[in-house]
Amino acid sequence: MSILSGNKVVIIDYQMGNLRSVYKSFKKNNCEATISNDPYIIKNANKIVLPGVGSFKDGMKNLINLGLVEVLNQEVIQNKKPFLGICLGMQLIACKGYENGESPGLSWVNADIVKFDFEKNYRNLKIPHVGWNSVEHVNHNNLFKNINNKSDFYFVHSYHFKTNEDVVTSITNHGINFVSSIQKDNIYAFQFHPEKSQDFGLEIIKNFIQC
Amino acid sequence: MLKHRVIPCVLLKDWQLVKSIGFKSFRTIGHPTSTARIYNARNVDELIVLDIDASLNNKAINVEIITDIANECFMPLTIGGGIKTIDDIYKVLNAGADKISLNSQPLENFGFLKEASSLFGSQCIVCSIDVKKTGGQYKVFNKKKGVLDIHPLTLAQEYQKHGAGEILLTSVEAEGSCNGYDIELMKFFKNKLHIPIILNGGMGCPNDAVTAIENGADAVAAAYIFHFSRWTPKDIKLALAENNIPIRLGA
Repeated sequence: MSILSGNKVVIIDYQMGNLRSVYKSFKKNNCEATISNDPYIIKNANKIVLPGVGSFKDGMKNLINLGLVEVLNQEVIQNKKPFLGICLGMQLIACKGYENGESPGLSWVNADIVKFDFEKNYRNLKIPHVGWNSVEHVNHNNLFKNINNKSDFYFVHSYHFKTNEDVVTSITNHGINFVSSIQKDNIYAFQFHPEKSQDFGLEIIKNFIQC
Repeated sequence: MLKHRVIPCVLLKDWQLVKSIGFKSFRTIGHPTSTARIYNARNVDELIVLDIDASLNNKAINVEIITDIANECFMPLTIGGGIKTIDDIYKVLNAGADKISLNSQPLENFGFLKEASSLFGSQCIVCSIDVKKTGGQYKVFNKKKGVLDIHPLTLAQEYQKHGAGEILLTSVEAEGSCNGYDIELMKFFKNKLHIPIILNGGMGCPNDAVTAIENGADAVAAAYIFHFSRWTPKDIKLALAENNIPIRLGA
């Protein structure tokens, strides 16, 4: 099916978890994605997915050690291939992360990844922010087609995306309003897990396949 | 606003789905894959699958069955039972689980918990604590070691310090009883941890979930009620909504 529709989706394997879940969500949408960290396969794909759970520092370290930073820059920034970042995959496109010490990211968006900090006012709020929370649309995102505003999606993270660029497409509240998705040209990124968010999540994956 | 979760919990024994009462008298109630499929179709918030005698019998992780279950789940899946090594965690997560639940291993070795959470992130490490009331006191219970002279909150605080992402708190007496959660136990935990607490064991009607959450549970888990009563996870959530507790009803 994916070959018929001309879709060659690559899911980047950089040893940062839940690749299978992401793979399954494409398969459920009749798209046979390839899981790989081979630069040649990434070059030949026409859509790129960066999933991932785990820490910013380790994620970036693995991308560097696998020699993937250059090919990602080339295919996403220069060749403008549709890119989907999920959770850690969203965070890594920022300039800087502060998990386990400061470290640089891919720097595709002028953003920092900072820890939830609400010690004083919301002592009873939990970190990690884990569970279903509503995603409020604040700007157009091509991948929100057929998604009701304020639908619930599954989150699991302790750090969040902070940007002053005009790329924010939704916000979510956990003590503060934080950025839950962005779109910057061909770059789509979600803090929540579409692959774990049942029907609405699968719809986002479908929209990415079709974009 | 973050929603309170209602989580069906399924127990495996020899790769059959079973239901126990007070951690005993197991009954086979079906096949795990088809059960996972049904819960997925019912659009549940999350699913917990525990292989209850894996640790006791020193069994190896069954990657095939975890893969089969995970293939049915488009919601978060937690797998527990018999996870002893970092390699076990790799295997379970690679098979498609989103989180792993640890019970015996961190009890023996906090260092293991610390290593696991720094490698995989604390978001995927659920620490399960079983509790028995002995002489009027709540104590940690372990299948291998029996009742330990540790208060469950003390252990939970240690787990939090060493990188646990969530606590799955189960009262052995309440488990399978349908007499309601152990609310007195829950009260010890209210506002004491910064990581979420999933209260497990004893839900017999939707109002039990309301009481649990009002007393500080972030999420409620249950097995018996969903297998053997007319109540579905959705019924529970509707009751929570009626009591102005934020929940997700889904598409």
